[in-house]
Amino acid sequence: MDDEKVSVDRRQFLKGAVTAAVAIPALADDSNHDHTHQVVPSDPALRAKALESLLVEKGLVDRAALDALVDTYEHKIGPRNGARVVAKAWVDPAYKQRLLADAYAAITELGYTGIQGENMLVVENKPKLHNLVVCTLCSCYPWPVLGLPPVWYKSAPYRSQAVIDPRGVMREFGLDLAEDVEIRVWDSTAELRYLVLPERPEGSESLNEEALAGLVTRDSMIGVSKVAPPTGGKA
Amino acid sequence: MNGVHDMGGMQCFGPVRPEKDEPVFHAPWQGRVYAIYRALGAWHKWNLDASRHSREVIPPADYLRMSYYEKWLTAGSEMIILRGLVTRAELESGKPAKGSVKAIPPLTAEKVAKVEAVGANARRNIPVTPKFQSGQNVRARNMHPLGHTRLPWYARGKRGTIDREQGVFVFPDTNARFLGEQPQHVYSVRFAARELWGDQASPRDAVYLDLWEDYLEQG
Repeated sequence: MDDEKVSVDRRQFLKGAVTAAVAIPALADDSNHDHTHQVVPSDPALRAKALESLLVEKGLVDRAALDALVDTYEHKIGPRNGARVVAKAWVDPAYKQRLLADAYAAITELGYTGIQGENMLVVENKPKLHNLVVCTLCSCYPWPVLGLPPVWYKSAPYRSQAVIDPRGVMREFGLDLAEDVEIRVWDSTAELRYLVLPERPEGSESLNEEALAGLVTRDSMIGVSKVAPPTGGKA
Repeated sequence: MNGVHDMGGMQCFGPVRPEKDEPVFHAPWQGRVYAIYRALGAWHKWNLDASRHSREVIPPADYLRMSYYEKWLTAGSEMIILRGLVTRAELESGKPAKGSVKAIPPLTAEKVAKVEAVGANARRNIPVTPKFQSGQNVRARNMHPLGHTRLPWYARGKRGTIDREQGVFVFPDTNARFLGEQPQHVYSVRFAARELWGDQASPRDAVYLDLWEDYLEQG
């Protein structure tokens, strides 16, 4: 009975999706980054504009709220948050302990709570243990500490290969791990979100917390790379 | 549903292509689409699992071709019709139906910061006795439901070990179909890479999945 209902829903959905797909020109795929600065608006742009107008006219969304949401993720929430968590863990052993024991509470201390970060886990890299985070089924990612995910994280190549060939994927990012390093891949299949605590690089001993945060990259907190030593030789 | 979204372990998609200095949104419309569906979420006409499933049922060729936010746009347009926020005629004409009453948006700009900071937790703090314990051997069920599920194909039928119990969470398989939350324990399960992929994998490596109790049986 329920299956029947779902299959009807699905049929209706497919019908709609096909109707929508007919109107989509091949060049509208924005994942082709060489073509992002189009002069003519792509079809999804027109559809999005029409949708927004309709929803505003119906009183279903508030335009200022949309502006605020875009602004939040373009300017306020991003990987700098996660970098501060990592840097604090590097300089403050007690904080690191709290972070590994109860990541949500420790991250809350720095104020980076919220949607898609309600249940956090931090996994620590060590000389013989490396962690890598993926979401094979969709795009799950810890928004409050890393912001919205990059296109490659949501792409088919990454989602498909990270679990079967993590070493190969990391090599594509320039990280070649020795055979005796254990790799743990975390597939974000439920509502737990993962942040990798990368190793503090050599040569960073004299840097303060703020300078350390400046070294921490988004990719190192996903696990596709390590944090590089500071440049300039002053360490 | 055994769909193309369940792509863990496939080998046909070519190399990962990171982009240097990638913007958060690649065009203004992507930000608008993101914001529109986040704002519409405040009507509580659907849930996270239902919205994930709406993208999974995009026909496979389209799913692979569309950009991320185009998937949000296409699936979301169907969701708002299905859940009664707009009619198909309104969406096609771009105009509200004659005589329709203008609503008041539940999410205003002033509320955005608070909504983002609070989030929407799928954890349910209710006492349920866990069926499995840390260290216990389990097997992911060999199941192929037609609806939404968060048990990836590549792990089904495979043996793993409970690494830790994660708490009680809403069950996506029923929640996505508006059939109730059925809260149950989620476990982090460690699968040896060789159990999943055979001898080509490193004997040291492992893949961890967070799996609901209904996905697991004694190993």
